[in-house]
Amino acid sequence: MEKELLKLEHIQKSFGDRMILEDLDLTVHENEFVTLLGPSGCGKTTLLRLIGGFETPDKGRILFEGKDITQVPPEKRQVNTVFQKYSLFSHMNVADNIAFGLRIKGKDESYIRDKIRYALKLVNLDGYEHAQVTELSGGQQQRIAIARAIVNEPKVLLLDEPLSALDLKLRQNMQRELVKLKRELGITFIFVTHDQQEALSMSDTVVVMNQGWIQQIGTPESVYNEPENAFVADFIGDSNIVDGTMVRDKLVHLLGQDIPCINTGFGENVPVDVQIRPEDIQICAPEEGQFRGIIQSVVFKGTVYDITVEAGGFSWLVQTITGHAAGKEVGIKLAPYNIQIMAKPASEDEEAVSDE
Amino acid sequence: MNKSGSIRRFFGVPFMLWAVLFILLPLFFVLQHGLTNEAGVFSLANVRLALEWEYLKALGLSILLALISTVCCLVLGYPLCLILREYAKKSGVLIFLLFLLPLGMNSLLTTMAWQTILERHGVLNMALAAIGLPALQIVNTPVAIVIGMVYNFLPYMVLPLYVSVAAVDTRIIEAARDLGASRWQTIRYILMPLTRPGIISGCTMVFIPALTTFVISALLGGNKVLLIGNIIEQEFTAAYNWQLGSALSMVLMVFIILNMLLEFFTDADKRKREVKA
Amino acid sequence: MAKLKKGYLALIVLFLYAPIFVLIAQSFNASRYRGTWAGFTWEWYGALLENEDILAALGNTLTIGVTAALCATLLALLTAVAMRGMHVHLRTVLRGIANIPLLNADIVTGISLMLLFLGFGLRLGYDTILLAHIVICLPYAMLCILPQVLELDDVCYEAALDLGASPFYAFRKVILPELMPGILAAFLLSFVMSADDFIVTYFTKGAGIDTLTTEIYAELKLGIHPEMYALSTLFFVAVVVFAALLVINYRVLRRHNQMKRGGVA
Repeated sequence: MEKELLKLEHIQKSFGDRMILEDLDLTVHENEFVTLLGPSGCGKTTLLRLIGGFETPDKGRILFEGKDITQVPPEKRQVNTVFQKYSLFSHMNVADNIAFGLRIKGKDESYIRDKIRYALKLVNLDGYEHAQVTELSGGQQQRIAIARAIVNEPKVLLLDEPLSALDLKLRQNMQRELVKLKRELGITFIFVTHDQQEALSMSDTVVVMNQGWIQQIGTPESVYNEPENAFVADFIGDSNIVDGTMVRDKLVHLLGQDIPCINTGFGENVPVDVQIRPEDIQICAPEEGQFRGIIQSVVFKGTVYDITVEAGGFSWLVQTITGHAAGKEVGIKLAPYNIQIMAKPASEDEEAVSDE
Repeated sequence: MNKSGSIRRFFGVPFMLWAVLFILLPLFFVLQHGLTNEAGVFSLANVRLALEWEYLKALGLSILLALISTVCCLVLGYPLCLILREYAKKSGVLIFLLFLLPLGMNSLLTTMAWQTILERHGVLNMALAAIGLPALQIVNTPVAIVIGMVYNFLPYMVLPLYVSVAAVDTRIIEAARDLGASRWQTIRYILMPLTRPGIISGCTMVFIPALTTFVISALLGGNKVLLIGNIIEQEFTAAYNWQLGSALSMVLMVFIILNMLLEFFTDADKRKREVKA
Repeated sequence: MAKLKKGYLALIVLFLYAPIFVLIAQSFNASRYRGTWAGFTWEWYGALLENEDILAALGNTLTIGVTAALCATLLALLTAVAMRGMHVHLRTVLRGIANIPLLNADIVTGISLMLLFLGFGLRLGYDTILLAHIVICLPYAMLCILPQVLELDDVCYEAALDLGASPFYAFRKVILPELMPGILAAFLLSFVMSADDFIVTYFTKGAGIDTLTTEIYAELKLGIHPEMYALSTLFFVAVVVFAALLVINYRVLRRHNQMKRGGVA
């Protein structure tokens, strides 16, 4: 892992009597692509604004390369932000927008010209120097906002849901371009989104947040495959989450059946949440499965079928490549390595699945 | 929809009649008086008279005082709007009441009260004497008139200005700070250009009444300061020379039309930008 | 920085309220002459009830204010609805014309209306003041109502028609409630503009009739009757009370809404 760049310690922030962040710790490394992921109101944007310097925490400190920057105003931080709604200066053309930060710093005009050309090339908008920003499309405006930020050579680029206003196709293109851009620039990106697919496809590290608490920090693979609690499991991808009891290592009691799994270390007869991804459930002949049930509904989703199966007193969501007929009696089979066991949340605060 | 739409078209008729009768026709009457002599025959004599040195001097003084008042209102009002913008986000619109309530007091009386404050043994000089400062001789000078104008017309500056200042997205300001601009640089390079329509609108709203007032100068200037408004008023109420009064009004209308054009083009420019956005 | 801002606000507030405090003080001043303090008295408040000139002027100000505000608001509403269906160019021209009295100098408006009334052989008096006040109130009423009417969404209205409402019923039940804030603002602003107008009234009033402002102006030369200070103090207090009621109403409404929202979530 690269060197530590940004460190947040015991951050607390509230607006009025609404507690947004409570005792939050986070470390960001050099050249890392970190995504803050969570539902709206989880505190991810507030966290980003604290790093950008637009808010100051009630408690705790923010360290940048070891120096305390908690009280440093935004214009003095080596951090730049790409705002959600672009926030371009509508009274300036593209070049003047990009040059804004450099002119403030008093750079000479030939340097500025080179920088503008370089930045426009990076965001694939060469030749747009003299366009009015109001004439550009949403996607183009977003690129200009990125160019305007990166010419200042920040060590960290903050992106506040920068793609949320774009349509799906454009969003997917921009996701690829952002990853490419980050690789070329070699700086740290901190990216805020509520779109889990976006988070998983772009980041090195995903920080899943809910109600002001960090739920899990990990690689995209680990938060998807090994969610640490029911919130993460439910928020990222589709999940079947069932109450269960850990009988002993590698055996869980689930809806009246003992099912083998691979998890250990939970103790004996401990209540747990059991997560099974819908694509990990096999549909088979009734007598071959661990549970017997009836198919309630079948919905074609383009690449897969979403199938609801009523079995063992639980309504299972199953995704299959092939279609099935509704009303048919089938069996459900769960492979041990596809079962994810999660500890029940310790406090009310951490459990907020119902809030979604 | 179609049926009610065709009925709706006739809703505009009363206003059109009204506009012709009470907005356009009166102005025509001013032109008619200004461009005729006592016998009712077309003549430019009164217009020529209105452009004589004596009147131009009053006009010049009026323009000067109106400009000073406009600048004072802008300089006082702009920071006020910026501060109100921040407070409005925190504590709602209630703070505006504090600034609107003074409008509930009759403006002739408040202007009059400034005389009580500013006169030789007035409130201000008593306060200055109490802290050991020399007395100021303000009343019956152009300074008193400017104070009266600023007091009376500050709301006309603040209202349009506030509307345009409040319309600037907070994130635009944050973006400027993020890119390294200080508070002052953000105001200078971002806020002021973006709120230019509001600034222009506020300035016209102050400049025209300040240019044409005769009340404030009568109340706070003694009879020593004669503005163009005072002269016009006297032509109508004392000298009964309506032709000359109308001709002088026409001179004023040149400034009003210039102001309207300025306003119109700013508006058109703004609309053009919005359409593009 | 925060202190600086508060200090600045305080200075402006002082500037705005200084003359008002002077006037309120004068209404309790036993001396007839402003500038000399001769002790506290309620005398002028009692005398106010017997001063027929002032009461007549007050009556004129109130009736003219209410009638002018009502007419201006109705005409503005009607015109705004008509403008909604108009082509943009025609609308721009009409808006420009409607704004003339707003951008024009009061003295020119007053003189031009006086010339018009006399040109038509009308006698200057109550009716001409009223007409002139409607002229100057109309642009303010339009300013409050037109944006709201233009931003109205057709969908609700059409949905009401679709559900069988007559156009008039749909207007009354669907559109009018949405426009109510703008209509109220138009009425209040028009009334304030009418009540506080001096210049236009001065030129269109004729002899023998006064509103409060022209009465004050007439008194200026001889010294203002202290009853006038008492009246304006009472008027100011009424405005403050009205504003306070609005604030309380607003607070209660907001709390109510919050509670409702809290209940649902």
